Amino acid sequence: MGLELYLDLLSQPCRAVYIFAKKNDIPFELRIVDLIKGQHLSDAFAQVNPLKKVPALKDEDFTLTESVAILLYLTRKYKVPDYWYPQDLQARARVDEYLAWQHTTLRRSCLRALWHKMMFPVFLGEPVSPQTLAATLAELDVTLQLLEDKFLQNKAFLTGPHISLADLVAITELMHPVGAGCQVFEGRPKLATWRQRVEAAVGEDLFREAHEVILKAKDFPPADPTIKQKLMPWVLAMIR
Amino acid sequence: MGLELFLDLVSQPSRAVYIFAKKNGIPLELRTVDLIKGQHKIKEFLQINSLGKLPTLKDGDFILTESSAILIYLSCKYQTPDHWYPSDLQARARVHEYLGWHADCIRGTFGIPLWVQVLGPLIGVQVPEEKVERNRTAIDQALQWLEDKFLGDRPFLAGQQVTLADLMALEELTQLVALGYELFEGRPRLATWHGRVEAFLGAELCQEAHSIIFSILEQAAKKTLPTPSPEAYPAMLLRIARIP
Ligand SMILES: N[C@@H](CCC(=O)N[C@@H](CS)C(=O)NCC(=O)O)C(=O)O
Ligand SMILES: N[C@@H](CCC(=O)N[C@@H](CS)C(=O)NCC(=O)O)C(=O)O
Repeated sequence: MGLELYLDLLSQPCRAVYIFAKKNDIPFELRIVDLIKGQHLSDAFAQVNPLKKVPALKDEDFTLTESVAILLYLTRKYKVPDYWYPQDLQARARVDEYLAWQHTTLRRSCLRALWHKMMFPVFLGEPVSPQTLAATLAELDVTLQLLEDKFLQNKAFLTGPHISLADLVAITELMHPVGAGCQVFEGRPKLATWRQRVEAAVGEDLFREAHEVILKAKDFPPADPTIKQKLMPWVLAMIR
Repeated sequence: MGLELFLDLVSQPSRAVYIFAKKNGIPLELRTVDLIKGQHKIKEFLQINSLGKLPTLKDGDFILTESSAILIYLSCKYQTPDHWYPSDLQARARVHEYLGWHADCIRGTFGIPLWVQVLGPLIGVQVPEEKVERNRTAIDQALQWLEDKFLGDRPFLAGQQVTLADLMALEELTQLVALGYELFEGRPRLATWHGRVEAFLGAELCQEAHSIIFSILEQAAKKTLPTPSPEAYPAMLLRIARIP
């Protein structure tokens, strides 16, 4: 058995891994772990990742979690173009800097925006107070501004003139609030053109394929009570 | 001018970089930016790092933030011993796996007690008991994962040798120890690991890096901590409000 990737394209780090592997023709077996059915909470998946999170990678008997670690592993194991994670010391440090920064900032904001704006009220049938939603969207706004001012600036891509892992990790995050119906790119012309550049670099078909699930999330049928009960503790822990 | 490191030894990621540089004989000009006074939110520092965060590295015109990025940069630039950031594919992946998890589950959680016990009271804000409890639970859970999943029965977090992962973890744990948490009670493997990492670094270096944080409670009790500047207040209040 070769490389196996445990993913759910509903999850933003999973989309980044998926796009990266596909774009670079890395052969892998796709193992779907359906989050909204709670499959990540199953005993079978705990064998792969006891932390019960996706993405996860299995390469023979080597198991690896954490999207950034997985992306870097694939980058080093397969000969991919240098721009994803440049050899140049300072160019690489810029990618590392972004990948470290995003965890508690863009990732948090985008996740909260998706759940507060859509998944709680629509999928779980749990109302979200207007104050909570407003605070979440305000936080997202601040983070987007930082992304634009501190990282993108006037460059073509987040860390320089070429696409890198940073762009992939960022765009897949931003598509979370987009999926929830937030106008992320409105009034942000720089981010909007950057998105087009990233989409073009990845390839529009692949980009669309990877984001089909999140862009349809608003039409998910509401969770049935058993699923809801199973998911609630996990969701609350994740969103806090 | 050589490399400059802007830091405050009160901050865990600052200490990780400090220890790494000292241990590896990397020449750095140290520039202390007093977090408690709020010097990271004043113009002079914001011109260097507009995010107002520590640590920050300045190598000529190149300015780098994020401790893990700085550690990787230094380890490559100064070709430090391979064990810190192994060139072996799988061993390095283990370091990144830890760093990713650390950013999600340790970083935000282990920083909170300082706000609860020292920084909040300093500006007259009390964190609600319910949040303190929640934080305690999250810390316990994270320590359990640290011991069971990352350490397992290996000597170090990412395998057989000491890596950047151990350094990042050590400093977060040190923060809690300094605030009176009994982290190692009932966690013998974690305790042994802790001793092993400190022994590797050397008692002298650890003492030097940790003396400020180990005196923080005493300073708070004696009211000898500096007063935060007005510029720092909004960010401090926001930080406290965001405690989950
Ligand atoms: N830092 C991790 C985050 C992984 C993560 O939180 N994945 C979510 C889906 S986006 C998940 O599997 N959550 C399940 C859980 O937290 O139990 C990464 O980048 O891979
Ligand atoms: N992920 C960053 C965290 C940096 C960070 O949050 N530093 C804190 C001190 S521990 C800081 O500068 N806080 C000031 C602020 O956020 O305003 C790293 O590892 O370097």
